[in-house]
Amino acid sequence: MKADGRFLGLLLAGAGALLWAIPFLWMLIAAFRPGVPIDIASLTPTGPFSFENFTDAWASGPFITWYLNTLIMCGGILVVQIITVSAAGYAFARLEFRGKELLFAAFLAQLLLIPSLLLVPNLTTLSKLGLYDTMPGVMAPYFASAFGVFLMRQTFRTIPRDYEEAAMMDGAGLFTVIFRILLPLAQPAMTAFAIVSVTSHWNEFLWPLVVLTSPRQQVLTVGLASFASGTEAGSSWGTLAAGTLLVAGPLLLLFLIFQRRFVASFVFSGIK
Amino acid sequence: MKPSQMLAYLGRMTVIASVSPTSAPAAAVRAGKNPLVLALLLGPSLIFLAAFAYWPVLLVLVQSFSLSQLGEHGFGLGNYARLLSDQHFGIAILNNIIYAVGTIVPSLVLALAFALALQNNKKVTAVLRTLIVMPLFIPLVAAAALFSFIYLPGGGLIDFYLAKLGIGQTNWLGSPSTALPAVIVVTIWKNTGYYMLFFLAGLAAIPTDLLDAAKMDGATALGRLRHIILPLLGPTFAFVLPIALLNALTQIDHVVTMWPGGPSDDANLLLYYIYQQAVQNNDSGLGAAATVVGVGGLLALTTLARQALDRSIHYES
Repeated sequence: MKADGRFLGLLLAGAGALLWAIPFLWMLIAAFRPGVPIDIASLTPTGPFSFENFTDAWASGPFITWYLNTLIMCGGILVVQIITVSAAGYAFARLEFRGKELLFAAFLAQLLLIPSLLLVPNLTTLSKLGLYDTMPGVMAPYFASAFGVFLMRQTFRTIPRDYEEAAMMDGAGLFTVIFRILLPLAQPAMTAFAIVSVTSHWNEFLWPLVVLTSPRQQVLTVGLASFASGTEAGSSWGTLAAGTLLVAGPLLLLFLIFQRRFVASFVFSGIK
Repeated sequence: MKPSQMLAYLGRMTVIASVSPTSAPAAAVRAGKNPLVLALLLGPSLIFLAAFAYWPVLLVLVQSFSLSQLGEHGFGLGNYARLLSDQHFGIAILNNIIYAVGTIVPSLVLALAFALALQNNKKVTAVLRTLIVMPLFIPLVAAAALFSFIYLPGGGLIDFYLAKLGIGQTNWLGSPSTALPAVIVVTIWKNTGYYMLFFLAGLAAIPTDLLDAAKMDGATALGRLRHIILPLLGPTFAFVLPIALLNALTQIDHVVTMWPGGPSDDANLLLYYIYQQAVQNNDSGLGAAATVVGVGGLLALTTLARQALDRSIHYES
């Protein structure tokens, strides 16, 4: 009876998982069907199939610009984050100073205060700094990461102190110790952080939508949204499916290749 | 490094971090006393936190009490009074509560059910897990674009197959009774896999001999779930619930995308209301007051949820 119960559970979960996959399945099928077939919603079409929708989608938006901007945004955020979270993580892991607990609590408060929630005042700040409609402007709110500091603090605490003390005896400075010795040792945690950081900023929409107004600054998600609202009029859903695949494809592909590592990093990172 | 090694490493890390001694060697104490070293280490983070977390909170508080928008000088509760009398705000708040409950409860129940059914490491379960986690890796805008099609009256995926059953077409995104549920479904589809990952991690930490012992004592599957698994998953709930609450208040990409020009009142949520007031209507006072209500509500809810769960949690010693 117990074995039956387990089997029934697996069967139900299997049905659920298939239901979960239907939107993806449709996207894949529709993207490869040219024109506007009447049975565009069918999950079991007979053809014909072609790459026409992809060439159409690619031609209807500056995808290269969008890819480049998205890469610059995610890469820029990550590079600065690596520096800020390692430095602050080290201070909280190793140094003793007054007000440490309070300051750490103040850092963690950021977890609730994400930029899209503080859209209005953050826009005011950006325009005062002259950073409105610029790449640094869209990246700046993410340069400090409470979550990253927390993760690096935990990681640095697991590394024996002997390493850095030996290096310091040999005349290495504090920053050499952090970035040349501890950071390489903390690589697994840093990889997990990088995965979470890039995934969430690649998928970011509202903040770039509001900050970046000129077309040449646009990122993939914002591009897709304008593309989608344009497509609805022409109702060429195949092209939209192809465009959606072009936007979601790179991350989805990386996820499928590295899924076990992705999953591990998400579980241990907690907040995106 | 292999994923399994990484998992083991990260697991060990959290254990060591919680028990490692805090006594610092002389060099660290000296560095901690040096204000220049501290400024160099903490300064960069603090500058950005100050500019984009602390300052905006202060700014939004001041703006919410500022009466300049009303053509008056000084400070007062004018914006809050306007907010309370604005029926669109009331609808957005009510919608957001329905949205939060309607997304969080089913997502967590489904996530737990999937995790329980798919926790063993067989090929089949691994594939099924992947299918459920996949939506996490596509942008919410892309999910919204997909579902716009699924909901399309007449030709869309739902109506196409309903028509085969002889059921007529429905304007899922357009009619008041289905507009909000339509957004809720997208969110459940997107987030369930994410929460399932946490439940899988939580389940993996439950000692199997505990479950075996209960089984020997004749506990039913339901009894084991109620008396062993759920209590031991307390910390996981305490971790996931704040994330889910934050998501319910800050994810509106699909709301923006599914309705060109914005949703009607039937599906409007708090963050979109703030966006409308502050960005589209250029009414910073009303937008700020709504933000204060939102941030305050989120803070209160996450604290409450944590406290309630803390009382009922059985932490392993």
